[in-house]
Amino acid sequence: MDDATIRFTVDGIEIEAVAGQTVIEACDAAGIYIPRLCHHPDLAPAGQCRVCTCTINGRNGAACVTPAMQGMVVENETKPLNDDRRAIIEMLFVEGNHPCVYCVASGDCELQALGYRLGLDAPKQPYLWPGRPLDTTHPDIILDHDRCILCSRCIRASRMEDGKTVFGFEGRGIAMRLNVDAQGGLGETQMAAIDRAASVCPVACIVIKRDSYKVPNGKRRFDVSPIGSDIEAKRMPRT
Amino acid sequence: MTEGHDEAARQLVAQFGFDRSRLMDIVQGLQRRFGHVSDDAVRSIASALRIHAVEIEDMVSFYAFLDRKPRGRCRIRLSRTPVSMIKGMAAVASAFEAALGISVGETSSDGAFTLEWTSDIGMADQEPAALIDTTVLTALVPDDVPHIVAALRDGRRSAGVGPVLPKAGVRSSLVQPGPLLSGGHDNAAGLQAALCREPVKVIEQITASRLRGRGGAGFPTGLKWRLCRQAVGEEHYVVCNADEGEPGTFKDRLLLSEFPDLVFDGMVIAGYALGSRHGVLYLRGEYAYLLDDLQAVLAKRRQLGRLGVAICGTIGFDFDIRIQLGAGAYICGEESALLESLEGKRGAPRDRPPFPTERGYLGQPTAIDNVETFACVARIMEHGAAWFTASGTAESTGTKLMSVAGDCKRPGVYEVPFGITVNELLDLVGAADAEFVQVGGPSGQPVAPKDFGRRIAYEDLSTGGSTMVFGPQRDVLEIVLQFADFFVDESCGWCTPCRVGTTLLRTGLRKVIAGQASLEDIATMEAVAGTVTRMSRCGLGQSAPNPILGTMRSFPHLYEAKLRADADISGFDLDKALGEAIKVQGRQPVPEEG
Ligand SMILES: Cc1cc2nc3c(=O)[nH]c(=O)nc-3n(C[C@H](O)[C@H](O)[C@H](O)COP(=O)(O)O)c2cc1C
Ligand code: SF4
Ligand code: SF4
Ligand code: SF4
Ligand code: FES
Repeated sequence: MDDATIRFTVDGIEIEAVAGQTVIEACDAAGIYIPRLCHHPDLAPAGQCRVCTCTINGRNGAACVTPAMQGMVVENETKPLNDDRRAIIEMLFVEGNHPCVYCVASGDCELQALGYRLGLDAPKQPYLWPGRPLDTTHPDIILDHDRCILCSRCIRASRMEDGKTVFGFEGRGIAMRLNVDAQGGLGETQMAAIDRAASVCPVACIVIKRDSYKVPNGKRRFDVSPIGSDIEAKRMPRT
Repeated sequence: MTEGHDEAARQLVAQFGFDRSRLMDIVQGLQRRFGHVSDDAVRSIASALRIHAVEIEDMVSFYAFLDRKPRGRCRIRLSRTPVSMIKGMAAVASAFEAALGISVGETSSDGAFTLEWTSDIGMADQEPAALIDTTVLTALVPDDVPHIVAALRDGRRSAGVGPVLPKAGVRSSLVQPGPLLSGGHDNAAGLQAALCREPVKVIEQITASRLRGRGGAGFPTGLKWRLCRQAVGEEHYVVCNADEGEPGTFKDRLLLSEFPDLVFDGMVIAGYALGSRHGVLYLRGEYAYLLDDLQAVLAKRRQLGRLGVAICGTIGFDFDIRIQLGAGAYICGEESALLESLEGKRGAPRDRPPFPTERGYLGQPTAIDNVETFACVARIMEHGAAWFTASGTAESTGTKLMSVAGDCKRPGVYEVPFGITVNELLDLVGAADAEFVQVGGPSGQPVAPKDFGRRIAYEDLSTGGSTMVFGPQRDVLEIVLQFADFFVDESCGWCTPCRVGTTLLRTGLRKVIAGQASLEDIATMEAVAGTVTRMSRCGLGQSAPNPILGTMRSFPHLYEAKLRADADISGFDLDKALGEAIKVQGRQPVPEEG
């Protein structure tokens, strides 16, 4: 057995990982889908949404930030975990303003798609109705803060991939918001519509103008196949 | 408008060596001088440090004691906690409103005063207490307020407030000393003893004492030190966690004000044992009034050779300590958030692994220990491990400093052996009629009379020391609501379950208190509480639902009594409904090392 190979089980299925991989990366490669929202394969993980939380050796931990280790026992697809994940998705729905029916991202939105996958019908929690402004200062991009789920993907992409640091957070707790690197709004930053930061947003917070509705409703990413099915398709059928 | 900010910012950046990790000191310098960190200042810091303005805004906007917009020249912060409220804070607040002509949360039109609420300021034994700029005033009554405001208006500002009200200074809070707090404490006996041994022998001694961290989580100190010593790094760091943010605790304040050398000895011993040259004491912003005294103690230690080069004549052992002042954020007591804060960032906890012992301050191996833990270390070196294990229980050796406040005759700090029952503690402090005791602060456990026989020890009721006692006349649900407010205010916001969940829990509790909740609402609250406990990233979120879940279990009748009149409570069995959540609650420490 070679040293670099790490073996561990996920819901009883044995998978392999290489040193340095996180649980979610190893599972992605093995065709096991762990629900996630803030994680993006091209970005350093941040562990913010907690949707990917699994029970790892008996303790809960976020799969996107947990290094794969020899012999670990991971529970992923269990009812209690999915119930908690659904509860988190619900929290994100009520924290912002999410009128899916007339949202540009509908069908292409990871939050919505996870809601469907996890069986969230209608939120029971009270909506918090935050009053967040729309930033329309950029010629090519709209920043609809109402939709922001504070996943920090744009922050990480802007810093790592674009080398720009256009985005950051401000405030703390329930008052935490996305902030941009200019007093006058996104239009005064170095942001460009082709930036990686613009394309990683899982919801319709960063919206490219004149680009929406190219794919008609009903034919969009998650209209066609549920979120996660691309990963699950990689898995060899079990014998 | 913001004249001079640009220049001042540049000077400060230069003074701190163009070091991005000292951003906290840079912005605090500006806050002290101008009362806020202006846009101009942010721009200047950004260009001088070659970072983006958004990074500075991210950091500054996180801390309660840092402002982006000008507020009053004098800041009056009233501590709002269940204990301050039962001691009459509402009347004191009204008196301030009347004297200043503004409501809490406002700034006077002449820009002279801002009056606001703040979380616990570490004075639970002497409430109602206020923080006026950096001066602490305690045991206030409404009649004091006109004098305070007059003195402040006189231009004597905060420096002059103390003399106006000498009785309102911070009192010593030591009621009952024990082995830890008896005997000499500035003779460096423990330090001398440690320096006579090999560093690894020091760690062996600490391990033999079975000392567990006094900050709440109870991780074995000897093991932490061993892991830290073994970790490879260019430098090793020793950090003393003096954030003391848990409402109701003030024992670290006592140690820092009356036994500082004992604490510093402990840090120097750690430095010796770990092969470290640098110690940092992270002092909560609320304790800024202790800063000058602590600096003086450090200066004296340098003179005496107990700090600096070749400590106590030990060639090759150089160690110094600097003090980092925090800026108002409870979460910065969490060790990894503390490190982020020390590095000049927002206090958001880190993911683990890696643990701080492996990659801590500035990415180097770091041992973070509580103030009391360091004091214990010094005593263990002085008297030996066997002396230490002679008190306490099997899994919790030694004594524990308990901060007790609320409805009791003798609030203050008590040094008691681990294993003492809640009842015994209540007898000591004079609280025969206690109806509700919150052990371990809001993140700890609400304990009802039927459980007063339980023991204070890691194997039963584990605690950092905060103990709030409430008599039969108190409204338990109101107290729980104040704890819920605390967590909403103090959640760092990083992760969804805690950021949103704490707010939803507060909303639910308000509904219960207003008599508008149905049984289903209570079940929903319980479900949210469970999710927050299980899914949150750090100990804050993992324990934020404790007061709610704990009182649902210990005082179900209080919830029942509040149910909407038309609610069907036949077959109501809260205990059963809560089975799952109760299993997971408790101050479950985030996995620390190993
Ligand atoms: C939200 C939160 C707040 C904390 N606040 C403090 C604190 O104020 N002081 C402290 O010593 N430990 C605090 N801790 C525990 C620290 O993370 C850490 O465990 C401790 O400082 C380690 O020192 P010890 O081993 O000596 O206890 C806190 C933990 C959490 C989760
Ligand atoms: S961003 Fe997603 S979840 Fe939000 S409204 Fe649009 S489609 Fe719905
Ligand atoms: S804008 Fe989009 S990518 Fe950025 S934090 Fe908000 S939801 Fe995430
Ligand atoms: S649990 Fe709360 S305090 Fe801890 S990381 Fe999450 S939001 Fe921040
Ligand atoms: S995907 Fe792991 S925490 Fe968000």
